[in-house]
Amino acid sequence: MDTAEPSFFETNPKAGSVGQPLSRVDGRDKVTGKARYSAEYNSLPGLVHAVLKTSDVAKGRITGFDTSAALKQPGVLAILTHQNLPKLAKTPNDPEGKKAIGAPMGFLPLTSDQIHYAGQPVAVVVADTLERAQYAAALVRVQVTAEKPLASYEDPQAKLFDPEKVQDGKTPGHTVRGNPQAAFAAAPVQLTHKYDHAINHHNPMEPGSTTAHWEAADRLTVYESTQGVTRTQKALSTMLGLAAEQVRVVTKYIGGGFGCKGSTWPHTILTVQAAKAVGRPVKLALTRQQQFTSMGHREDQTQTLKVGASKDGKLLALIHEKTSTTSLWDNYAEPNSRIINLLYACPAFESSYQLARANVMTSTFTRAPGEAPGSFAIECSMDDLAYQLGIDPLEIRLRNHADKDPTNGKPWSSKSLKQCYARGAELFGWSKRNPKNGQTRDGRLLVGWGMATASYPVHNNQGTARVRLYADGHALVQTGATDLGTGTYTVMTQVAADSLWLTPDKVRFELGDTKLPTAPNSGGSVAAGTVSSSIYMAAQEVWQKLIKLAVKDPKSPLYRAQVAEVMVDNGRLMLKANKSKGEDFAALMKRNEMADVEGNGNGKYGAGYESGLAPGPASSGHQDDQAGHSMHSFGAHFCEVKVDPELGTVRVTRWVSVHAAGRILNAKTARSQIIGGSIFGIGAALMEATSRDPNYARYTNASLADYHIPVNADIPAMTVEFIDEHDPYINAMGVKGIGEISMVGVSAAVANAVFHATGKRVRSLPITPDKILAAKEVQV
Amino acid sequence: MRKTRRRNIKITISLAHYFTTDKMNNFSYTQAATAKEATGIRKDKADAAYIAGGTTLLDLMKAHLEEHSQLVDINALPFRGIEQTKDGLRIGAMERMSDVGENALVLQQYPAVSESLLLAASPQLRNMASIGGNMLQRTRCGYFRDAAFPCNKRVPGSGCPAIAGDNHNLAILGTSDACIATAYPGDLSVALAAFDAVLTLENAKGKQRRVPVTEFYLLPGKTPQKETVLEPGELIVAVTIPAAPHAQRSTYLKVRERSSYAYALASAAVGLDVQAGTIRSARVALGGVGAQPWRSSEAEKVLTGAPATEATFRAAAAAALRGAQPYKENAFKVELAQNTLVQALLKVAG
Repeated sequence: MDTAEPSFFETNPKAGSVGQPLSRVDGRDKVTGKARYSAEYNSLPGLVHAVLKTSDVAKGRITGFDTSAALKQPGVLAILTHQNLPKLAKTPNDPEGKKAIGAPMGFLPLTSDQIHYAGQPVAVVVADTLERAQYAAALVRVQVTAEKPLASYEDPQAKLFDPEKVQDGKTPGHTVRGNPQAAFAAAPVQLTHKYDHAINHHNPMEPGSTTAHWEAADRLTVYESTQGVTRTQKALSTMLGLAAEQVRVVTKYIGGGFGCKGSTWPHTILTVQAAKAVGRPVKLALTRQQQFTSMGHREDQTQTLKVGASKDGKLLALIHEKTSTTSLWDNYAEPNSRIINLLYACPAFESSYQLARANVMTSTFTRAPGEAPGSFAIECSMDDLAYQLGIDPLEIRLRNHADKDPTNGKPWSSKSLKQCYARGAELFGWSKRNPKNGQTRDGRLLVGWGMATASYPVHNNQGTARVRLYADGHALVQTGATDLGTGTYTVMTQVAADSLWLTPDKVRFELGDTKLPTAPNSGGSVAAGTVSSSIYMAAQEVWQKLIKLAVKDPKSPLYRAQVAEVMVDNGRLMLKANKSKGEDFAALMKRNEMADVEGNGNGKYGAGYESGLAPGPASSGHQDDQAGHSMHSFGAHFCEVKVDPELGTVRVTRWVSVHAAGRILNAKTARSQIIGGSIFGIGAALMEATSRDPNYARYTNASLADYHIPVNADIPAMTVEFIDEHDPYINAMGVKGIGEISMVGVSAAVANAVFHATGKRVRSLPITPDKILAAKEVQV
Repeated sequence: MRKTRRRNIKITISLAHYFTTDKMNNFSYTQAATAKEATGIRKDKADAAYIAGGTTLLDLMKAHLEEHSQLVDINALPFRGIEQTKDGLRIGAMERMSDVGENALVLQQYPAVSESLLLAASPQLRNMASIGGNMLQRTRCGYFRDAAFPCNKRVPGSGCPAIAGDNHNLAILGTSDACIATAYPGDLSVALAAFDAVLTLENAKGKQRRVPVTEFYLLPGKTPQKETVLEPGELIVAVTIPAAPHAQRSTYLKVRERSSYAYALASAAVGLDVQAGTIRSARVALGGVGAQPWRSSEAEKVLTGAPATEATFRAAAAAALRGAQPYKENAFKVELAQNTLVQALLKVAG
């Protein structure tokens, strides 16, 4: 059956528990090909294939189609264009519709004759085989009146403006704390530097893919490569004018998301409409080239950071400006200022965002959105400050350590940054660092060491889960979460096993289906904490039900005990005061002829957990500030590079990351995630850049041969450790999450190591050989 | 490739534009048992193509950059073997990159050739790709690789947007107003050009001719679509590399943006015969910077008879790049190519 659940129930028979390095429960299904991704539901009855025809030009108007040749091809079922796309109840083309849908982009292709960006879909071709659909798509002729597009904020024709808010209304366009301009002007030490960041694309291994199946005229099932089935369900049902429960979204496996699968992009609804038009299930998978223009990107951007400091290196003022490219409809900019405002004790802060519209699709969250490029600016500037004042880079960070949240004065729920620094420095051997740059050689190569701080918020969120404990000692645990490939299946199996005192092989964990209890998007590092807490809470309800059963059961040793007097340990219900008095849950259930007992849990994550307040709608912002504590994870990266001064090549040769992120659920998957995030960051630091032609506003390297991501040979053995951290304020499980923080600060650590090696400060990412050769040496 | 700013130059965007994505036609597939059979098919069918490893041809077809109605599989052709001849080491065109790169005779007599092969592509690709096919791979210029862009190489007369656009990894030597691509983006032919390798070609009449690698590739001029002297249907049979002391003492240095599986920003194939501190003979070719594999007789002239010192090498590098014409984004290649050449020479000088 196509809807069969993953079958890893019998794996990992050994007893495991939270924190242990349990191997992935879904590993076997993945390596044997049994794991089914969203484009692999191939036995749906009558499944056919859709192919996108996209625009060559970035700006223009469609004046006609010639579909005659394509329609004559055998197997062709439909060609959808803006002239015949089945009508939608709502589109994101107006602000109200965009908000209702939760769309990332205020424009849906195939709703008008306008072309606004290169790669924009202009037609969807459906045929009985993929090859026939591709062939017919190539035969469709689209006549266009092309106009000269705008490519970016750097275009002389681009008009810069000051948005009231950025990041879809979540972040103010202008923020002031204290008196930053005066504080900067009066500061004895002043630094002003510009930082550039290239366009980056997420490039998950699995491209965006959708299989849409109208099981009845008013009942749709979509197998979708999404980081959140509920968000996709909301987007699709709103656009279609259906009730949420009429749309089922299933996502059993995802081959990486990194933010690009966090929202519902145009190709998904176009596939759904194609399925409606042909009356058969339709599958669409983006090509790699289409992936570059279909699911957002990290925007091209320039930051200017002014740092005012005292002569002993204490920060007095931080003034941050960001200029970036956005689309014609949306004011999207990733919130770089957040981490700059927060990372160090500083009495005065100002940030402002400038945008320019261009013929591009809307950019979107990309792993550590805001924190990644923001940390590049602040952490390079901190390094500069250290060198200028002759202070060790680690020491200057300690001098500016924020003992409370500088943005609101609140205490931290937990912060183990000093321990991260100390342990990282010890593992790396930082004390042996030569204070002067450009001094250490390995043959012809220059050797340099750099470090940087990492931080990421615990965003306010919540989710639900259902636990069913069977009398025979196994359990079914369900929640509509998603596993991006990071290990959600595995860690939640562990959490459920521990919560129920079972071994992991007795737990069957199901996710990725809107039929299951609602869980948040796997994004913003919220999944591990929210979902684990939901499961834990659901298990508590199971035990409470069993305790209530026991105290009313005349045959139970606990008969007539007060509920509050009973506790559970190792699956045994017992009196707190007299632990010998009690019984095993299985005995209780069997005696009462109960096959199973079910519990539901609502896991709150972040501010809502401490404050008890429910999180507001996503569009109102994260409301991370509503609790008494400020909640963040922290960490530190240490990096060694070897730079060839003649050839400009940079190789990372040693890497140490130490993080404190609350409870770590699985030592192995957590380490893998930190390694993955660090490599993601090394890619951004040294090689990742999508090039948009300045005249055609079209990408020139939209392939994995030409858009470089690191290969194994670029990455050394990596050392990863975690600081044990108990945080009672953030959620029931004390989990902060590590998906984003693993990447924060990475590019700065690399750039700082390059500076230490060469005396060359490269403030433009990626740091490619051309930039090393062009940079001037500064000896300090 | 990175940040680009619009320049004040005239860009022509046609007002009426069709999305004329080439269709991927059905094609027939024939295995040829002999060269005569293979060239016979090609003779009658202008749009047929030979396929060996297929690692470059299939990519080009899938991206709608080349269209062929028939593929003629030449893997069964007897263009095999790596053998010593009186003219030098003769390598069959159908030999795989990995086999040639790891061959003991190649390693011993032409280290630069071995290195150029083993630093290229990925192990999987090297196991599939023939060296004849390698010599015919096509440019990585982003404008050539995307049929939505104008490109004089793909559609003669349509224009070259790279000149005012993304030219980060394009050529600075031997370019023309029509095309600034590194037409051959690979490594092997750079080493072959340096060491006077000669190709044996065979046409439909069964007639063979010998063409030095340095004359095999054509500069773009006004006809960038014409990349080699190969006549329609002509096959590469073998490559022969003459033995020489400078070939034995040789290296191939490749600079790229990641450690593996990337094309060269700049590369240098060099060989020196040094006796008593004096260079008796030298060979120099550059990759990644020329419109084609770039043999530098200018550098060789400076080196020959000069002391094997860094000063000599720097002078040779300056001579090699004297005619360079950089564009906005690839000006770094002038310095990078010089440094690459110097480092390679220092390495072989010992």
